[in-house]
Amino acid sequence: MKNRSQKLVLEDVTCRFDELTVCDGINLSVDAGEMVCLIGASGSGKSTLLRCINLLEPIDSGHIWLDGEDISIPGLDPKPYRKRIGIVFQSFNLFPHMTVMQNICLAPTRVLNATVTETHAVAKDLLQRFGLQDKASEYPDRLSGGQQQRVAIVRALAMQPEIMLLDEITSALDPELVGEVLEVVKALKEQNMTIVLATHEMAFAREVADRVCFLDGGKILETAPPEEIFTNPREARTREFLHRLL
Amino acid sequence: MSALSPRKRYEQKERRRSLLIATASLLAVCAALYTLVPKAPGWVAVKRSFFNWAVLEKTFPTLLKAFLWDIAIFAWSLPLIMVLALAIALCRNVKTPALFPLRVFGAFYTDIFRGVPTILLVYLIGFGIPGLGLPRPWNSPYLWGTVALVLTYSAYVAEVLRSGIESVHKSQRAASESLGLTEADTMRFVVLPQAIRRQVPAMMNFIIALQKDVALLSFIGPVELLRQANVYKSLMANFTPYVGAAVIFLCVTIPATRYADYLLAKQHSVRT
Repeated sequence: MKNRSQKLVLEDVTCRFDELTVCDGINLSVDAGEMVCLIGASGSGKSTLLRCINLLEPIDSGHIWLDGEDISIPGLDPKPYRKRIGIVFQSFNLFPHMTVMQNICLAPTRVLNATVTETHAVAKDLLQRFGLQDKASEYPDRLSGGQQQRVAIVRALAMQPEIMLLDEITSALDPELVGEVLEVVKALKEQNMTIVLATHEMAFAREVADRVCFLDGGKILETAPPEEIFTNPREARTREFLHRLL
Repeated sequence: MSALSPRKRYEQKERRRSLLIATASLLAVCAALYTLVPKAPGWVAVKRSFFNWAVLEKTFPTLLKAFLWDIAIFAWSLPLIMVLALAIALCRNVKTPALFPLRVFGAFYTDIFRGVPTILLVYLIGFGIPGLGLPRPWNSPYLWGTVALVLTYSAYVAEVLRSGIESVHKSQRAASESLGLTEADTMRFVVLPQAIRRQVPAMMNFIIALQKDVALLSFIGPVELLRQANVYKSLMANFTPYVGAAVIFLCVTIPATRYADYLLAKQHSVRT
């Protein structure tokens, strides 16, 4: 059996929507500071898997271990774990009625009970780091897609999570805005953040991932270091998928 | 002017043309009404009893004063309606099984108070509760009439709020909950502010209706505008006070309606 004391361990995770099995016995372990990329066609279960890890989607069977603790027991209060696991969505999901600063500060003040001054300082620092310092008092609809997505990342980071889940965060962006968001991800990786990233950006996955998992029909068909999976995939399905893309 | 593009020039010409036609047709209709209506056989009598300047001059100041009551009733029922409506809307939204009775209560409340004609409720509460023989300030028809209005309108506004709450996309809740916020905090900071903002134009329509429905209280006693006009009608055997009352109501409701339209238009322009 797996070593469950790793940062994040998925053991036989299965998630069904009615009759449809979206995640079908997923096994995956992620080390602290590791970056794992999930690739695969739309509908292969990447997004659902990330939502399961964040406990937004209850799993039907299997276990999710966070630092050796089973967080997937039915009926367990998900809130204490959610604040340790940040998630960023494809469609940004910023709160449109709040400024950038308010978006970032809501959760730390309400959930971590941080003071307003502390939170502001953290938020300012993060905005500075990602080149958004002059956007603090803007509303989301005044920002470009790339800026909105960077704010969404900052909003998740302000909770000081131990793991970041990034769910196709560049898929809704215009091509010229993808780069600025990927830069942010790269910076996170350099700071040793543990990251699970679902993406269609193969070049990016190849460049920065420690490991790449190919998902198909809710199963992980193949897990390998990026060089290996991109140059010499073991499975025929993987080869076919990559062939269509590259 | 030579800088105008052919398209602009064409559009300008079209605009002038339609403005001209619109003005001409409006004038024609007004002229027809002005010449034809006085030719009706009963016009002189109608003019005397409905549009009698002398009567209007005499009664208008008192009518205006009576209208202060309508404003007062409106002003104190509105905040009560908003608070109660919010409470009911939240009741209907609770998911905890222990609070299921609240949910049932919310559903019953909206069913009953939207289902009964306002005037009937005004009668039942306005006459029924003072009939219990309560001591002095508690038997006032102002009080119980207002309660009847608050009950009816909060049921309607609660439904407007509830549909607003449901219209906030579930990804907003997911984003909030993924950050570890409680359901209550998610409702308070993320869902409700968006729901209320979205429903302001719809709520404005109920506020306008409320302005007029205050006149329903005239049936149970308070000498507000309609009641006062009624008194004058009987006293002077003339309907002009009614027209005066209508004019006073319109002075308030027309700007309010325009404002609601403006808010709605603004909201549409933001969304697209």
